Amino acid sequence: MTVRVGVVVFPGSNCDRDTLRGLELAGAEAVALWHEQASLDGVAAVVLPGGFAYGDYLRAGVIARFSPVMRAVAAFAADGGLVLGICNGFQVLAEAGLVPGALLRNRGLRFLGRDVRIAAERLDTPFTALVGDGRPLRLPIAHGEGFYFADEATLDELERDGQVLFRYVDAGGTRARAEGDPANPNGSLRAIAGVLNAHGNVAGLMPHPERASDALLGSDDGLPILRSLVEAASRAAHAPVSEVADRAPVAVGS
Amino acid sequence: MSEFRFAVNVTPKPGILDPQGRAVEGSLGHLGVEGVTGVRVGRRVELTVEAATESEARATVDRLAHELFANPLIEAFEIERIELPAEVAR
Repeated sequence: MTVRVGVVVFPGSNCDRDTLRGLELAGAEAVALWHEQASLDGVAAVVLPGGFAYGDYLRAGVIARFSPVMRAVAAFAADGGLVLGICNGFQVLAEAGLVPGALLRNRGLRFLGRDVRIAAERLDTPFTALVGDGRPLRLPIAHGEGFYFADEATLDELERDGQVLFRYVDAGGTRARAEGDPANPNGSLRAIAGVLNAHGNVAGLMPHPERASDALLGSDDGLPILRSLVEAASRAAHAPVSEVADRAPVAVGS
Repeated sequence: MSEFRFAVNVTPKPGILDPQGRAVEGSLGHLGVEGVTGVRVGRRVELTVEAATESEARATVDRLAHELFANPLIEAFEIERIELPAEVAR
């Protein structure tokens, strides 16, 4: 049976259709979840797509955090459910405290829309299991606030605990520097392009895998990320309860 | 119940890179102004709260500032009591 994966639609989301299509290419039955609904309709994974949820007023992602659907997403994540935030979706997850850190205005102040290269730091997660050998992936970015920030102590913890999921790299795969390196488009600290939560079931990244999910789009390097998620969701959906026992013993709620 | 009006001033925490502040500071030379440093750009939220006492109203504002107006990872805030406007235009 095809696994159901939900894509949240906030007012101002603009990558929801692309993400639904990308997930279908990755083998899922993709369904839209409206921001005002308090239930996730029994999906096996949730994706928060790119865009400008609630106009990005106040701070990107913050108003979306308080929508009914995000309460459901927080409870789902606390129960071990798989959640992926892309671009604005990453900003929403960070504002909601579901992944560590914050996304600041790009160091160069400009909105950036172009291809970048990232490499997966880990290939054993629900988001990267099918990414392959860690070679650079070419994916588009389109954001004004993508500068990944966390304090030094948190960054050290993320490195130690394997929570750095993707880093910006140059074409040869060498890690980008934080400042003055065109391979790091927004100046992210330690060239971080994507992170995992402590339990490894929630991830956010700034580049758009769904915009690189078909060779017709110029790159299909994003498809393995979506396929990894769909396959992991499929396993989670069909696992007997006993096999899901390693899920986080975290209180449900927010 | 009474109405209390507040302003919440949100600024980037010390040590957090503030590209907007840096850009503003960089433009000062074009104005022929020298000797100005440490420009930080934040935001100000003004609001009226209905409550029995000022401290109750302030507690509401404090909660909103923590949860919504400022991101404690990157921003600091100060709450300021201000005068109610004669007529609030909405």
